[in-house]
Amino acid sequence: MTVTERTAAPTGPAAPPPPPRRRRDERRPVWEEEPGRVGQGLKGATLAGVCLAILGPLWVVIVTSLSDQRTITDAGGLVIVPKTITFRAYTELLSGGTVTRATLVSLGLTAVGTVISTVVSVLCAYGLSRPGSFLHRPILMVLLVTMFFNAGLIPTYLLVTGVGLEGSYWSMILPGAVSVFNVLVLRAFFQNIAPELIDSARIDGAGDWRILFRIVLPLSKAVIAVVSLFYAVGYWSQWFNAMLYLNDQDKWPLQMILRQLVIKQQAPQGMSQMISTQQIPGLAVQMAVMVLALIPVAVLYPFVQKHFTKGMLTGAVKG
Amino acid sequence: MAKRARGAPAARGALAARGAPADRSAPPGPGTPPSRGTPTARTGWWHRLRRDRTLLLMVAPAVGLLLLFTYVPLLWTTVAFKDYDPFTQGLWTSPWVGLDNFGLLFEDSRFWDAFANTLSITFIQLVLFFPVPIALALLLNSVLSDKVRGLVQSILYLPHFFSWVLVITIFQQMLGGAGLLAQQLRAHGHEGFDLMTDPGVFKFLITAQLVWKDAGWGVIVFLAALSAVNQDLYEAAAVDGANRRRRMWHVTLPALRPVVALLLVLRVGDSLTVGFEQILLQRDAVGPGASEVFDTYVWWVGIANTDYGIAAAGGLIKGAFSLVLVLIANKVAHMLGEQGVYRK
Repeated sequence: MTVTERTAAPTGPAAPPPPPRRRRDERRPVWEEEPGRVGQGLKGATLAGVCLAILGPLWVVIVTSLSDQRTITDAGGLVIVPKTITFRAYTELLSGGTVTRATLVSLGLTAVGTVISTVVSVLCAYGLSRPGSFLHRPILMVLLVTMFFNAGLIPTYLLVTGVGLEGSYWSMILPGAVSVFNVLVLRAFFQNIAPELIDSARIDGAGDWRILFRIVLPLSKAVIAVVSLFYAVGYWSQWFNAMLYLNDQDKWPLQMILRQLVIKQQAPQGMSQMISTQQIPGLAVQMAVMVLALIPVAVLYPFVQKHFTKGMLTGAVKG
Repeated sequence: MAKRARGAPAARGALAARGAPADRSAPPGPGTPPSRGTPTARTGWWHRLRRDRTLLLMVAPAVGLLLLFTYVPLLWTTVAFKDYDPFTQGLWTSPWVGLDNFGLLFEDSRFWDAFANTLSITFIQLVLFFPVPIALALLLNSVLSDKVRGLVQSILYLPHFFSWVLVITIFQQMLGGAGLLAQQLRAHGHEGFDLMTDPGVFKFLITAQLVWKDAGWGVIVFLAALSAVNQDLYEAAAVDGANRRRRMWHVTLPALRPVVALLLVLRVGDSLTVGFEQILLQRDAVGPGASEVFDTYVWWVGIANTDYGIAAAGGLIKGAFSLVLVLIANKVAHMLGEQGVYRK
């Protein structure tokens, strides 16, 4: 609209051009119409609404976990506006006992699992990324087929219990240790590294191990960061394998405790006493466990977030 | 999967030369020893095995894990045709019973309920979830400021990394009986409510959860497709007098079509998979009537009731059904002129 008005304006030598109603955004291409105010407003409101729908609940959860009993009673439950800040729920939860143990279990599983998965995937991806290497096509097929079928819950369960992993933390790591998708993402990235670099190293006498560690890995830090984040989040989020294979509540990871405490509304072993006798509001405890489940993701996320698109798309397009 | 001959022949040869005695049979001519890029009949497999043993060693752990945990379990799918009881007999010694397990499965009305629930949830999600990432991507793509777009993107992607347990607890605290919404309603003199235990709205509730968690993540693919559109097309269309709406219709949407078709085919092929973890977590709260889906039924029969044979039969049916669905969906995509998952 503005464009047509401006060109239609009188162009007499004396008359200064009428000022445009609104300053035109310089980033907007010249041929594009200026959107109407209503449209702009709606767009902004939608985006703000979407962000609020995601961040709002997180805000309420965090604020409630930091509130004391009086604030919670005054608010009638969940707290939107913080009045007092107390870390009581956290200090109690993390000073030993069920939640402390579960948090450590989850952290340990995530650390060990992520290292194993990332190392195995990087090695596999490099091993399959050299053109024309022996057997790489059949092996690639073996990998690809697993993306389209899997044996299903029952056969996998029978195998894992059959090989005696039930009750062991390995049952939470090994069955899902290799994600073929991640291997393909890494492989696509490795194949894109300039072949001259690798060839010149080979001429200088470097073997595949040295090429991998000295040339390929330093060039692939971003994609490896993304892949390890995917793995880490996967291990951190696991609860189903724990439910299947870990009958002993003492071995449960944090997600299982969270499920028990909030979804099932039962205090896990060793927590009921704390909640009833120590005057910590049950609601704050629930929220604090939720925040504990959230923290590692929130901490890792900003570091890796900018690489997502690159990591996701190299794998998807080049697959 | 480029087949470019990338290895420098001389270097390859040098590396190969320190390897096997079989080398002598290998070099086809002076100065051109075999490289990985040009496997010829004369480079014997033994030679290539020796040459690439490091690479094979690197691949071995991953392949071993996949074989053990994805291929070996296939042996246990035979349980579907057996009267299998791990406490009395092993896998090999338990007696074959033909299709009895399938018969028992089909007689179970809960199986058919689960089947119906699964398909209706898939349908609801195709209508209410599938378009959301596309709409969000179009919206984001029209934001001019890189800063605003980047900020919104990082907020949108975040919930994808939350566990289902966390997402469901968050929903419970917002929409549950003691949740924020009910609490605010009661504070202002209205009736409270509990969406989390209401079987009537369950299918929409889980769709809302899915939108909250993954719609933002779904945006990535569409944004990439949008950014690949040649911007000159827009300019040319605008110069030719196409307004905003017509540019959207004639330039943007055609650019998204192949991606949309691919994702639709995949989703339809996966019709029988609807958020297993998500639904299992809420199965107790709403009861199996509204929430039992294919996967949770298999879990219930197999793990909770240890009827492994029937559950494995259910799993097999799911696999077969999904395969047929992918083939059909792909066929339809081809008929509409799209590429689908695989080429014609």
